Amino acid sequence: MAKKIQVTVNGKAYSHDVDPRTLLVQYLRDVLGLTGTHVGCDTSNCGACTILVDGQAVKSCTLLAVQADGSEVKTIEGMADNGTLHPLQEGFREEHGLQCGFCTPGMIMASADLLERNPNPTEHEIREALEGNFCRCTGYHNIVKSVQYAAKKISKQEKVA
Amino acid sequence: MIPNSFDYHRATSVDEAIRLMAQHGMDAKLLAGGHSLLPAMKLRLNQPGVLVDIGRLAELRYIKKEGDSLVIGAGATHDDIANSEVARNTLSMLSEAANLIGDVQVRNKGTLGGSLAHADPAADWPAVMIAAHAHIELRGPNGSRTVAADDFFTGFYMTALAEDEIITAIRIPAPPKGTHSSYQKFMQPASRFAIVGCAASVTKDGGVCQKVSVALTGLSDTAFRASNVEAALTGKKLTKENIAAAAQAAGEGVMAMGDHFASEEYRLHLAKVFAKRALMAAAE
Amino acid sequence: MTNYIGKAVKRVEDKRFITGKGRYTDDIVLPGMTHAYIVRSPYAHARILSVDTSAAEAMEGVVKVFTGKDIAESGINGIPTGWQVNFKNGDTMKEPPHPLLVSDKARYMGDAVAVVIAESREIARDAGDRVEVEYEELPAVADAKKATEAGAPLVHDDAPNNLCFDWELGNPKAEVNEAMSKAHHITTLEFVNQRVIPNAIEPRSAIGHFEESSDKYTLYTTSQNPHLTRLLMCAFVLGIPEHKVRVVAPDVGGGFGSKIFHYAEEALVIWCSQRLKRPVKWTADRSEAFMTDAHGRDHVSKAEMGFDQNGKIVGLRVKTYANLGAYLSTFAPCVPTWLHGTLLQGLYTTPKINVDVTGVFTHTVMVDAYRGAGRPEATYLLERLMDTAALEMKMDPVELRRKNFIPAFDGVTQPGYQTQVALQYDSGNYHGVLDRALEMVGYEKFRKEQEQARKDGKLLGIGFSTYIEACGIAPSAVVGALGARAGLYEVGQVRVQPTGKVSVYTGSHSHGQGHETTFAQVVADRLGIPMDDVEIIHGDSESVAFGMGTYGSRSLAVGGSAIVKSLDKIIEKGAKIAAHKLEASEEDLEFAEGKWTVKGTDKSVGFGDVALTAYVPHNYPAGLEPGLDFSSFYDPANFTYPFGAHVAIVEVDQETGKVRLKRFIAVDDVGNVINPMIVDGQIHGGLAQGIGQALLEGAVYDENGQLINGSYMDYTMPRADDLPSFEIDRQVTPCPHNPLGVKGAGEAGTIGSTPAVVNAVMDALSPFGIKNLEMPLTPERVWRAMNS
Repeated sequence: MAKKIQVTVNGKAYSHDVDPRTLLVQYLRDVLGLTGTHVGCDTSNCGACTILVDGQAVKSCTLLAVQADGSEVKTIEGMADNGTLHPLQEGFREEHGLQCGFCTPGMIMASADLLERNPNPTEHEIREALEGNFCRCTGYHNIVKSVQYAAKKISKQEKVA
Repeated sequence: MIPNSFDYHRATSVDEAIRLMAQHGMDAKLLAGGHSLLPAMKLRLNQPGVLVDIGRLAELRYIKKEGDSLVIGAGATHDDIANSEVARNTLSMLSEAANLIGDVQVRNKGTLGGSLAHADPAADWPAVMIAAHAHIELRGPNGSRTVAADDFFTGFYMTALAEDEIITAIRIPAPPKGTHSSYQKFMQPASRFAIVGCAASVTKDGGVCQKVSVALTGLSDTAFRASNVEAALTGKKLTKENIAAAAQAAGEGVMAMGDHFASEEYRLHLAKVFAKRALMAAAE
Repeated sequence: MTNYIGKAVKRVEDKRFITGKGRYTDDIVLPGMTHAYIVRSPYAHARILSVDTSAAEAMEGVVKVFTGKDIAESGINGIPTGWQVNFKNGDTMKEPPHPLLVSDKARYMGDAVAVVIAESREIARDAGDRVEVEYEELPAVADAKKATEAGAPLVHDDAPNNLCFDWELGNPKAEVNEAMSKAHHITTLEFVNQRVIPNAIEPRSAIGHFEESSDKYTLYTTSQNPHLTRLLMCAFVLGIPEHKVRVVAPDVGGGFGSKIFHYAEEALVIWCSQRLKRPVKWTADRSEAFMTDAHGRDHVSKAEMGFDQNGKIVGLRVKTYANLGAYLSTFAPCVPTWLHGTLLQGLYTTPKINVDVTGVFTHTVMVDAYRGAGRPEATYLLERLMDTAALEMKMDPVELRRKNFIPAFDGVTQPGYQTQVALQYDSGNYHGVLDRALEMVGYEKFRKEQEQARKDGKLLGIGFSTYIEACGIAPSAVVGALGARAGLYEVGQVRVQPTGKVSVYTGSHSHGQGHETTFAQVVADRLGIPMDDVEIIHGDSESVAFGMGTYGSRSLAVGGSAIVKSLDKIIEKGAKIAAHKLEASEEDLEFAEGKWTVKGTDKSVGFGDVALTAYVPHNYPAGLEPGLDFSSFYDPANFTYPFGAHVAIVEVDQETGKVRLKRFIAVDDVGNVINPMIVDGQIHGGLAQGIGQALLEGAVYDENGQLINGSYMDYTMPRADDLPSFEIDRQVTPCPHNPLGVKGAGEAGTIGSTPAVVNAVMDALSPFGIKNLEMPLTPERVWRAMNS
């Protein structure tokens, strides 16, 4: 029944036997204790569970843990680098892009996918890229600004480097 | 939220997947991107005993030119197609449709083959594939066969795919010179599936419609070719008026679906509007 | 720098949320914890013939299955309501029992029938499918008005015609009728203010933990007010002693009203834990949340507004049927009555008003407060009437409003404004917000654009809404007289530690509002100390003395005021200690920037010194108690009355009927502002929810009482690409009756925005002679209207 999986999560290698029906989000939350990734729905719409698998944003509620075997996973817990916040984390804080915080990890991870593809998105592109993430608190207004903040910061950092 | 228990097998080749499917019979389901199957399983609307995972098969994940045809592996994700130059250059409706499916996260995992096999009556790909004159390549224990997209979708969540077969590729013939295409969609605002979607490709010569291909999705139990629209426009000058007149035939004689987002009557109206919009965009 | 009030200080709480370290109820794992799955009725109305749990109980890993029969036999009570609204004839409202699990009948789709407790969530879920329930389906009614008609299926046998109460407020009907009979013009509209589903993104969750060794219970729950939950659960449902119960509401992922109420699942996990001597966790799936979280709105109304020939309002008559759902939720009776009828004065000098409300049971999910609660429904009526009347009387909607506005008053030198519907407004300047909004929108320029657009075949529209709301609920004596079964004060404790660091305990609860920041700004500013020296503690009944929680935009106005009261006591006692240390008299001292100074000298003593002296009182004023720790209850003198002007600009696609919101302008006056960044954020979020109701959202029940859009695949939530960026500004008219001069910002956006959007669409559609459409303004509704 149980299948052995090996995954790298936030740079750390794990190996576990899991029931095939275990969703990746349950594996992260229940087995690894990484509760920063949230579950907000059961129909793959809300995006609260968004993480990066092999660099791409996915809804971890719509992926079995066994499907992630051998993959590189990044969650919100892995975004900061040795205590230095990722520009997106900083952006959400600076621009008040969060209120209750529940959708925030998913928002940040989906935004990370966006900025990877499109380092300088327009407001329209940001809104489209986040169509798979619900926020009930902010009206998205400051989330857009947060992503813009991060885009600017990343492009500045790259210029310096 | 919690699917039923099942056994899981990860196939290392298409042939192995076919063997596994044959071995487990009716109880088995193929798992590619899982973005149609897993949501249904989480709500226990679907409770297979065995999943055969073909999501890792590199032999299914490609987009390439083969002679004059564009060939897309069944395992190509919506996002792969959205970002494929070669797909866009062949028929721009391919990338337009890909970009309108679900959201980024869904496009990153969901596959073309999975969507076609699932045959959701409101899915985008079926209309695009019919309009593109695509052929769907299937492989089973008894070998391979090809089914035209026109014949593939047989009913509500029903296809010509046999229980023991796998979609391996989608072959799209090169459109004639002077062909442009478009996919226009009126979204169901919650699910973002199509209330009505129209894929159209138009081959133009000196402002005249030499050839036109139109298909609709979302309207009824399955996507279908709007032959009457095609007939009404073929050989005509591609004027706004002629396009609008031809689009009036969209949905004619179709038993439309209705729900709390769009009644039968409204869907039929939207079919005309979106047929017009897709044709206008393709004819530009 | 200790000057924090009015500054956009970045939020203290963000650090944990942006790093994935928030701690929400479902994140909590206790040793030996079991998992609950609740078996729910698939029918809206059904007799339960039998429940067979044997197959489920035989499964490995299943600990126990309890049914409605077990609950009934245990003798515990059902879930109570916290507000009483009687019939006009004085009869007590109908208050049918709401058991934790039903044994006789299911009364809505989702009514709880049994609970499976298992070793894992998976096993509980699997076993839930094996609980065999035999139902006899009965006819159901979901529509409030239909439920009152003869022959409608009864939700409760002892509530004839499904009536819970009937109620009226304002001037006697005869007086209003008399005024209306003299009207030059009467605008009449019939409305459905549709049922919406709050949809906080965190689904509800509860963990019950009974510890036999100490006889103590702990409930972790997704609540906006843990103390109220404890009170209701202990005193009314389970009959367990309150001092043995700790209720913790940790990080909570949004509430919007839906997490105010005491829910059956909370008492159920405690009850199960007590039986099983193990922790029990229940977390709702979203599908379950759709059919069990209390819904909002759901009014059917007829409203008539009379005008004289100059456009002055002469009278307003409103009849409302309010759907309460199958049982009475915590604040259900209050919402359509005291939070709705009392707001029908709006910003206008309407001399005669009568509102008549019938509260009705139906076979649907409970209806209760949802962001705005009653006030959006009232504002919707008024503001839709105003724009419609302007259209009918061929007047400009802005001019019509101006003609009827209550003149500005500050509530200090000028008295408050007494309405016809029981309230006394505190302070207001209604022309000011409207003027500013018009300036931002460029009204005259827009009208020209609109004219041109119409010629080009484009449908542009502009809509207005000038609203007022009543927040900061409210004086306990007043609400008690109106039927509240609890006081509505708030508690704030300020504990100065010996080192001068400050711990603040508040009964308000933050689930997105940013109290940890705003409250700390107030404390640090008042005490003249760095914000880093202040910690705000909330959400735990064990550490916070008491509290009434967060709803009705009350946290700063009521909870903040309680903290200020305690700060005043700290400063007063500190002055005594400082005077002793400075060998001066208290009267000669002034307190500023964190130190007491002898006026006109440079002799001073700092806050930290005084704090240390209070705890090491070796050299200390005679007769003064050691310590520096005060707790206060603040009972507000009145509601607060934020107001504002909202303007929407829309474009309608004539071919499809799809509405695009192009611009949204909001000028709100929420009194003084402590943190403008947070207040703006509250407005943004409120706007999105109000706009969502206008254009996208709405629960759909079929004739059998089935909720047919109970998932995100079918219920339209506003997404990032559905909305524009908002254009907002602020006016400040301080509240005259609380120490911070604040009014409350949580609901303003929702209350004002809905009618502005609908008015804009009606304006766009006016060439078609369309005056009124039901929300949400879906493409099909709009298309049909244009083509009928």
